[in-house]
Amino acid sequence: MNNKQKTINLKINGEFYEFEIGEKDWQIRPHHTLSHTLREILNLTGTKISCDDGACGACTVIMDGKAVLSCLILTVECDGKEITTIEGLKDPKTGELDLLQKKFIEHNAFQCGFCTPGMIMSSKALLEKTQHPTEEEIKEALSGNFCRCISYYQVIKAVKAALNERR
Amino acid sequence: MAEMFSYIGKPIPRKDSKDIVTGEIKYLDDLKFQNLLYGKVLRSPHAHAKIKKVNKEKALNLKGVKAILTWEDIPDFRGGTPRIVRVLDNKVRYVGDAVALVAATSSEIAEEALNLIEVEYEVLPAVFDIDSALKPGAPALYDEYPDNILPGGTIIYGPNCLKGVTRGDVEKGFREADVITEGTFGYENIPNALPPETVGAIALWEEPNKVTLWATTQAPYMDKVTLFHVFNRQLDIRSIGVHCGGSFGTKIMCWQVQSYAILLSMATKRPVKVVFTKEEHMANFTLRLSSRINAKVGMKKDGTLTAISGTWYVDTGYYSFTTQAQVAIGSGELMIMAQCPNWDLKNYVVVTNRNASGSIRGFGGQELKCSFIPLLCLAMEKAGLDPFEVLKKNFVKPQGGYYWRDGNWYNFRGIDFSKAMEEGAKRFGWKEKWKGWLKPTAINGNKHRGIGVGVHGNADIGEDTAEAYVQLNYNKTATLFICAVEHGTGQKTNLAKMVAEVLKIHPDNIRLTPADTLVTPFEFGPVGSRGTYAIGSAAINAAEDARQKLLEFAAPKLGAKPEELDTKDGVIFVKNDPKKSISWRAIGNDRTILGFGRFEPDYTMCNCMMTFVEVEVDVETGKIDIIRIVNTTDVGQVIDPLGLEGQLNACLGSAGIDSAIFEETVLDKRTGHILNANLIDYKWRTTAELPEIENVVLETPFPSHRFHAVGVGEIATSPGPSAILMAVSNAIGRWIYEYPITPDKILKALGKISSNKFDTHSNEAFKAMGR
Repeated sequence: MNNKQKTINLKINGEFYEFEIGEKDWQIRPHHTLSHTLREILNLTGTKISCDDGACGACTVIMDGKAVLSCLILTVECDGKEITTIEGLKDPKTGELDLLQKKFIEHNAFQCGFCTPGMIMSSKALLEKTQHPTEEEIKEALSGNFCRCISYYQVIKAVKAALNERR
Repeated sequence: MAEMFSYIGKPIPRKDSKDIVTGEIKYLDDLKFQNLLYGKVLRSPHAHAKIKKVNKEKALNLKGVKAILTWEDIPDFRGGTPRIVRVLDNKVRYVGDAVALVAATSSEIAEEALNLIEVEYEVLPAVFDIDSALKPGAPALYDEYPDNILPGGTIIYGPNCLKGVTRGDVEKGFREADVITEGTFGYENIPNALPPETVGAIALWEEPNKVTLWATTQAPYMDKVTLFHVFNRQLDIRSIGVHCGGSFGTKIMCWQVQSYAILLSMATKRPVKVVFTKEEHMANFTLRLSSRINAKVGMKKDGTLTAISGTWYVDTGYYSFTTQAQVAIGSGELMIMAQCPNWDLKNYVVVTNRNASGSIRGFGGQELKCSFIPLLCLAMEKAGLDPFEVLKKNFVKPQGGYYWRDGNWYNFRGIDFSKAMEEGAKRFGWKEKWKGWLKPTAINGNKHRGIGVGVHGNADIGEDTAEAYVQLNYNKTATLFICAVEHGTGQKTNLAKMVAEVLKIHPDNIRLTPADTLVTPFEFGPVGSRGTYAIGSAAINAAEDARQKLLEFAAPKLGAKPEELDTKDGVIFVKNDPKKSISWRAIGNDRTILGFGRFEPDYTMCNCMMTFVEVEVDVETGKIDIIRIVNTTDVGQVIDPLGLEGQLNACLGSAGIDSAIFEETVLDKRTGHILNANLIDYKWRTTAELPEIENVVLETPFPSHRFHAVGVGEIATSPGPSAILMAVSNAIGRWIYEYPITPDKILKALGKISSNKFDTHSNEAFKAMGR
């Protein structure tokens, strides 16, 4: 974004959005984080805010194919970006769940569920980028996602099950 | 052999699973309200001070600010145990204590307003630990308790609430002992359970005295009860539970944030949301109790305990909500794990000028055990005994008993857990690995391995009352009215499975009402491990009552007696002649068949968890890795195998095992500030370092409800920390007593770096007071 630009364009979950930048209630303010815009403006509350400090991974979304922390990104920096949130994973037409979502259900890979959207988005980014990740790579990819219920073991099982089914 | 069930014990996806994986499930902060205001709390920078003057003028002039409240603006509303803690006071008692509340049209404006409020303090001297709080002449937090010791007992556990353990004759017991050990041991690192969702509340006040409350809570009905008293029994509160993003026991302590939202809504006549930041969550919300015992234990050569005496010091921070209850439960739990004829275990609940400790998974028992087991280890070492055998021997057996929270003695009528313990030991390979005290199981260069074992059991599986309704519907479904919020255990689905099993319809055909006190009967909340037996019994009883009424309704239509009938898949039929049947449709859409179920507390049984750990200590760097964990338990009957696995894996989370290695809340004892109130400086376990976990689950039927099951989830975190201490001591050949065992403590114990001159376990204060 250059200083004179008054709007930004984003593609979120397959839909195009144009936002005005400014200080009015309906505008994106320069200090707004992407997580704030997703949750408060677009009502995409599946993206969670926990630490709001880049430490816990609850706000993970996929931006241009990469898992990113939406609490550390300003919305005004996202002009031209393509973003997928947890709400964007299921098939928009049929409503069919993504393979990872199905495997998370099958393996009960959550307890309170608060970290789950972030876990799934981190896993999704890994599976998009890597054809045959090893267990170590899965663990590495999820190591920024904080879970206090310790759903980790069942999450890893779910991700591996998704990989097996994809093969 | 376990009974055959259609749904119980089967892995059926949780009812909320699709909404969880699609992000559609709504937690508190996801709810949208028209006309919502945002509340923020101005917090004290001082650990102990009087508020001399507050100037709100500049802040009130900020556009968008709708209300600012200080202690001068509100009546004398109080909470805590005893009820001495004002919602807003003219005195602050810890760094972060609430000074003023702001409501504004956005959270940014509310935040900005906080900076414009001018407060004049008169700073007072403060106390930050048990020693300084108990010193004669120490500054007092409360005028009512000049010695900084709170009275024992809690009103909800009755007039004879267990305040300590006195039994038999300890002098005689020590005379009979072959070995006696004595000392001071603590678990004082005040770790944080740290659910990912922070704490908050949204309140909407309506004339003349009605409040609707949505909150991050584990127990919406008890919030209604608590707040009723806080607001001097003048408020009519409707409490609505929202899907909860983790609690681990902590979110039964949300009365303060709830009070803030209510007061701001009263002041503005608009809905107000107060949600703590993560920093507030970590610095201004429940920590574990800080626990220390000064005790003596007597034991025979064969591991039989003969006497336990001493004093348990519990530092609860600036106030108590549940601490006396935790002392009661913790003391009873120690009796469960240490069957002994002679006891004299006193306690003191001490207040200090730091953030409050309180309700967390483990609820007093984990804290006491983590302090007591190191003392027991010294006795076992002296007697040359294998700790697995001693812990197994002394855990309550069917002929045993214990005092419980109401002060009464209970003869134990549960099962013998020895079988589960032995199975766990076998899977872990305990007998092969155990080499004796302070002996590593293996050494490979700098890497020393050691093993340890811990145990915990809680008679809370049948605590507190629960009520439920079950309504049968003519479309062959049933509705369960129960005040239960899902906080991660899968309890709501499990309750649906129990009702489904009774009614013989699929769990998909059971709907649950929201946890809404306007709609549902009383339910205490899924605290401890009471979900399966206590809450489950209410749901089962309601389903059975509804089923009986259904059969009575159908009997004349089928020309049979109700006891000759059965129902399955929404059809009522004569058992001896199943062709004679009618559908549930016969109920009609103009009739309600409603069953009621109630559970009365039963303290005669407990659950049990034994945890075995193997650690590897790098004696050059002091780093500890957990290699393997085996948890073993007997649950009577598994309700949901995958949910249970998750609950047991949780031994690593919510201030559990890792509180022995790296989890701690770091308090600056010069200023009272917490130094690591963020998720970077507070250390937590990640997927990058996961030990192997094996969970051993036996199913010996319990005399509980018709499915013979008991809950176990709560206690997963509790046996681990002391087992780690034992394992690390064995690995390095030196006793380690202090939690968490950060690398410096290993290196100090090995003499590789110098020790501090100042001994943090100084006993001077105790000696000075003659305790």
